[in-house]
Amino acid sequence: MKKEIGIVFIGLAFISLLGGLFFGSLSSFQFVIPGFLDSFPFVKSRPLHVSLVVAWIFLSAIGGIYYFLPKHVKLELYSDKLARIHFWIFLITGVLILTCYFIGKFGGREYWEFPPILSIPIFISWILFGINYFKTIVGKIYHWPIYLWMWATGIFFFFFTFTEAYLWVFPFFRDHIVRDITTQWKAYGALVGSWNMLVYGTAFFIMERISGDKTVAKSKLSFAMYFLGLTNLLFGWAHHIYIVPSAAWIRNVAYLVSMTELIILSKIIWNWRKSLTESVKKFHILPFRFLVASDIWIFINLVLALAISIPAVNIFTHGTHITVAHAMGSTIGINTMVLLASCFYIVQDITKTQFNSLQQKIVKAGFWITNVSLLTFFISLIFAGAEKGQMVIEDKLTFQEIMQHISPYLTVFAFAGIGIFIGLLMVIFPALRAIFRYLRGNA
Amino acid sequence: MSLKTKRLIFGILFSFFFLYTIAVDTIGTSKDDGERWLTEKAKKGKLVFQEYNCTACHQIYGLGGYMGPDLTNVISTPGKGPIYAKAFLQAGSQRMPNFQLSEEKMEELIEFLTYIDKTGISPVKKFKTNFDGTISEATK
Ligand code: HEC
Repeated sequence: MKKEIGIVFIGLAFISLLGGLFFGSLSSFQFVIPGFLDSFPFVKSRPLHVSLVVAWIFLSAIGGIYYFLPKHVKLELYSDKLARIHFWIFLITGVLILTCYFIGKFGGREYWEFPPILSIPIFISWILFGINYFKTIVGKIYHWPIYLWMWATGIFFFFFTFTEAYLWVFPFFRDHIVRDITTQWKAYGALVGSWNMLVYGTAFFIMERISGDKTVAKSKLSFAMYFLGLTNLLFGWAHHIYIVPSAAWIRNVAYLVSMTELIILSKIIWNWRKSLTESVKKFHILPFRFLVASDIWIFINLVLALAISIPAVNIFTHGTHITVAHAMGSTIGINTMVLLASCFYIVQDITKTQFNSLQQKIVKAGFWITNVSLLTFFISLIFAGAEKGQMVIEDKLTFQEIMQHISPYLTVFAFAGIGIFIGLLMVIFPALRAIFRYLRGNA
Repeated sequence: MSLKTKRLIFGILFSFFFLYTIAVDTIGTSKDDGERWLTEKAKKGKLVFQEYNCTACHQIYGLGGYMGPDLTNVISTPGKGPIYAKAFLQAGSQRMPNFQLSEEKMEELIEFLTYIDKTGISPVKKFKTNFDGTISEATK
């Protein structure tokens, strides 16, 4: 019997996550202790961390989609072979990228620091994924539930924005720093929005499976929220570049659009009023528990995102660790929690084994360790960032003095990072074992 | 919501986005106060900056890693300047690696930093906040 390709993706996703956490912990200690493990310097450990965790997000989201479409949406994949080719391109490109980082060969830019030539297989793999996805669903279902829309949006806009992120290879962009930075962060903002579409689509899907309620994924309100989210993805990215000397209207459009997220915020609070008792009842279900955590993190991160989208606040927080809190809070708190819900759902579905009580205990303890550590991590970054922002504006201390001041917060941050690593290790380990057993068994 | 409505909304949003993208890439970013300093060396310097992944530790306009300082205005900051910057490139520091750069690459980097310095200010320290949360342009 052929192994489900979705599971293969998820197995690799877990391995990437473990690697990403390892290099994240390493680089955070290099950040606070000068000279820590200088033989493997920060210039290498940082991109390794970033690329591996980004790989985790993509692999697990893509794996979920490949798994859910045939198994639960009841749409035969257009081509299983294409999906397998997709996997191999991802794996080989990934290994090449990691190798470049290990030997210190860069040439790209933030997030994609590898030599730009390696973006070509990434483009190709997304084309394959896109073909497979759209050929699978177009014309088969008339009224797409919202998650199919979201996945489609994520795939389409990832491709669009990834292309935009490589416009710098043309001198028209590269040789004009303001244009270059503006398009770069325009692309990155929307690019993260695109992978969020993949993730939120997954959240919708899992929620539907757990609750058995199919109306939510087709309701008017859900679609209204989806379009509002899409508008923000498309036009709300400029908080990254408020201080860049591009036209003022770029800043104002983003500011105005971002504030519409207040509507999303109110909807979350409104939902909680209704769903709280339900949540308490279902909290013992592992995937559900991760979704509840992600819900709380969405709330926290949205408040922060709203705050830093106000230019008068942004001027203090930009270029400080508050931005890191924003990025880590969303990628760990929101993306990782949703994707873990999805992975656990799939692992239990395919291996047909419920985790035994010891395993469940380990996962649940890991869940709490991760979330408490993440909260500590998040708060210490906010404090570090707020102090740095204030001191930079006051302009009395040197850079070294400022870093000295915030170093206690960063030490807490680095230890909290270890907490996240341990917590997630406890969560992943039983699931990874189940996957390996499945991949080795009944072949 | 009918399928037609959904498609229509999506189509409108995407069309606007497409036009907006073109506007941002052209008129939105046409101003370049540093144009006169954009030498061939400065252009190469940008690629050197990428080749050594300086962005892992340094920011330009606040964007990048936070281990080192923002480099946007290192060339014009009182007490700093090209010679000061070059000293870091030559020797590194406790935290910054010595990249063993060739004289040529160092020059290219310095010209790149000089160009950036002329394009604007970061971090912005002088600004006016307005009642609606917007900020008014900074002056140097
Ligand atoms: C591993 C992190 C790291 C990398 C990579 C790095 N730097 Fe630095 N750099 C620093 C730190 C930290 C300082 C501040 C001095 C200190 O505290 O040691 C600094 C200081 C500087 C300064 C002086 C800035 C000032 O305002 O005082 C310049 C200029 C500079 N670096 C340029 C570069 C360039 C160009 C590159 C790429 C070739 C680079 N750096 C790569 C960490 C790094």
